Amino acid sequence: MTDLTRQLAAFDPTDLWILDHDDIEALEIGSGILGTGGGGNPYVGKLRARQALKEGLQLSILPHQKVHDDALVVSVGGIGAPVVGVERIREGREGLRCIRALEDHLGIHVDVIACEEIGGSNAIEPLLVGAYAGLPVLDCDGMGRAFPEMQMTTYSIYGHSSTPSAMCDVHGNVVIFQHAASEIWHERMARATVVSQGGGSDLASAPMRGSFVKKYGIPNSYTQAIGLGRTVRAAQKAHEDPIAAICKHERGKRLFTGKITDLKRHLLGGFVRGEVMLSGIDAQHGETGQVLIQNENLVFYHDGQMACCVPDLILVLDVDTGEAITTEMLRYGQRVAIVALPCHALLRSPQALAVVGPNAFGFDDITYTPLEEV
Amino acid sequence: MYRLGIDVGGTNTDAVVMRGKDVLAGIKAPTSEDVTTGVVAAMNGAIAQAGIDRAQISNVMIGTTHFTNAVIERRHLTQVAAIRLGLPATACLPPAVDWPVDLKSVVGNHGYLVRGGYEFDGREISPLDEAELVNIAKEIQIKGLKAAAITCVFGPINADMEIRAKAIIQEHCPGLPVVMSTDIGRIGLLERESAAIMNASLLKLAAKTVDAFGQALSDAGINCPFYITQNDGTLMAAETVKNFPVLTFASGPTNSMRGAAFLTGVKEAIVVDIGGTTTDVGALQHGFPRQAATVVDVGGVRTNFRMPDVFSIGLGGGSLVRERDGVVTVGPQSVGYRIIQEAKVFGGDTLTATDVAVASGKADVGDASKVADINQIVADTAMATITAMLENAVERARVSPDPIPVIAVGGGSILMPDKLGDLDVIRPENFAVANAVGAAIAQISGEVDRVFSLEKTTREDCLAAAEQEATQNAIAAGSIASTIQVIEREDVPLAYLPGNATRIHVKVVGEMGGTND
Repeated sequence: MTDLTRQLAAFDPTDLWILDHDDIEALEIGSGILGTGGGGNPYVGKLRARQALKEGLQLSILPHQKVHDDALVVSVGGIGAPVVGVERIREGREGLRCIRALEDHLGIHVDVIACEEIGGSNAIEPLLVGAYAGLPVLDCDGMGRAFPEMQMTTYSIYGHSSTPSAMCDVHGNVVIFQHAASEIWHERMARATVVSQGGGSDLASAPMRGSFVKKYGIPNSYTQAIGLGRTVRAAQKAHEDPIAAICKHERGKRLFTGKITDLKRHLLGGFVRGEVMLSGIDAQHGETGQVLIQNENLVFYHDGQMACCVPDLILVLDVDTGEAITTEMLRYGQRVAIVALPCHALLRSPQALAVVGPNAFGFDDITYTPLEEV
Repeated sequence: MYRLGIDVGGTNTDAVVMRGKDVLAGIKAPTSEDVTTGVVAAMNGAIAQAGIDRAQISNVMIGTTHFTNAVIERRHLTQVAAIRLGLPATACLPPAVDWPVDLKSVVGNHGYLVRGGYEFDGREISPLDEAELVNIAKEIQIKGLKAAAITCVFGPINADMEIRAKAIIQEHCPGLPVVMSTDIGRIGLLERESAAIMNASLLKLAAKTVDAFGQALSDAGINCPFYITQNDGTLMAAETVKNFPVLTFASGPTNSMRGAAFLTGVKEAIVVDIGGTTTDVGALQHGFPRQAATVVDVGGVRTNFRMPDVFSIGLGGGSLVRERDGVVTVGPQSVGYRIIQEAKVFGGDTLTATDVAVASGKADVGDASKVADINQIVADTAMATITAMLENAVERARVSPDPIPVIAVGGGSILMPDKLGDLDVIRPENFAVANAVGAAIAQISGEVDRVFSLEKTTREDCLAAAEQEATQNAIAAGSIASTIQVIEREDVPLAYLPGNATRIHVKVVGEMGGTND
């Protein structure tokens, strides 16, 4: 992959969007909502971003279509269980060590950082890596939300082989995955490794070309997440219903309003699996809801009928603030609104549904129906 | 037998005497600088008003915002060594990283990161660096710090390292109070650590305050047990408060909301508690304060306690009313407990919200002739401002367009109009002492929090067993069995431990028995 012949710059610095404190605050809220219950707590990421700004580092975003076709783009993100992310907080430079390890191993220089997953802490992780490495992050991602497994990115779905990759933990361990026989094998090996490393590490995937990311990255993810965060903040400030504002901003559907009456969770192979039982309040008194989770919210049943399923986005939001409640923060008695957002078309093709549709999560009895048609 | 409920607010100290469901007497006295003078005055007033024999008082329940206010006002806090066990993990975010600068400067910026901590599955991140703890102990002595808070990564699944670290620190700093985070909070490192640090910084004040309460009661000839109310509206034995003052943080709003529900019999409402300096607003659902869904901010710090979803605005009976260039402002500064000397209607010369309420004919307290000379336009504008502030606050707490009533309680509720927008305002009898009533009816809880094995049983059976055990604990503590209900129910699986272990936390509450005769 060494590319010493390329003469053009990977990007034009005047195209960069330099993030400030307000953008980070909005990104925390927006990425939390797009996390669909998972993706790790963006609050910790926000604090780290604030520390980075305080140290004079620059968090910058490059518009999706402004990257040079030949640029070497590396996606990076955290991998592990959300509960680990809020308790055993990172050392800090795991992601940078991944980039350096990959560069050493392949003899390349990375031009631009990409985001795997805009939902949750993985929205902020690439920005921090970019800040430490002095590189911008592309305004796109591989999921348009959060998903529990690495092969579930549009990069992988549309043909990118994510190995060789590098994985680093808090202890200083560096693991190179030289080759995985398939994207699922990469996920399995990485997952086994992250469990042994304590359930929270960073991973940088094999470089992609700018031209590939322009075609298969889900566009404008940071613009969307920051816009969503601003929408929620504006509604809170104006004392308007933030749930309604989110639905309007994102063409979303409010499916349910209720109170948590039970929740079951168990860690299985590094994932939190579980279900949340809801009983309706206000206009929906007497109705029931059920959310099935595997790190993220995957299926929502309303009075026993499937009302939305993955890859469309199921949001569990605080009914009053409109902010996301991640699966590890769910508590008995909480009042929540369930909102569904349509996913990007790149996630609705047959080849994408084979990887991120309901059947891929073991829901064999569910046929994906786009949210607009349920 | 009688119960005595006392609520110590920033401005007023209220006391009620209750028998069963009847409020026999209610008294308001100004909160004194030393707290206890006000408590004794209110208590003696209430006992005299009820005309009862004080030997017949079976329980005293005290609600106090003293510890919350200490944090909010950044007063009476001691400097704390904040020791975290977890390196090399967590290095990117030091203790108290998200605290407001002013609070951090009062509690002191004494964060220490030490090698140690656990992985999620109980393995050690690093062996505990005992030599470093000895160095820290020396530094604590050199700096003269008065308390320490120890937070271990994944401490809630194994407290051993916190216990060991505490022993080392105390061995080298004899008598130093050391708070362990696992006694205070749950998973969520920064929030649990912040709560532990705040708790440590309040220990000195807590010991002093609880002793003063005990002394005041015994001086007044009352020798029955006394309790202090905590966040969830339940009671804590007074001695326990000396170790865990943070658990009282939201007890003020909880008490006034529970009192408002009790006094009106209304179970769905917005409760507006107008004190001397601030107004607390929250929603009642099924007679209980609505709980905040996520993290709760205390004095600018995120914590993960379960607390009522209540917010405050800077409006109270003592709020300063000022006019400059035709613009009238109300609050947030207030004369606070000095209202009875400083407000104009009480003979002072500071224009307060209470004065304009009297001047505009909305209230009748103090000497109305003292405010006869107030410019009527200023008084009317100030009252309009106050109404707008209250309307905004109620709108914020309102979660549906349903026209539920507003219950106005607290000494400052003379500022509340009879209707707020489209909502009716209810003023219960004894409205001024609702929080003391809330304290007097506070419930007894029973709790179970430990690791269960699911090897030969099911999660449902385990939860049921834990619930039964918690219920037995509550009954043993004095609760009436028929009134017991579950308020917390949580299970956290501990992966990769032998025996399919899960940590179960169940809390039940019920009404205190033995006082209904």
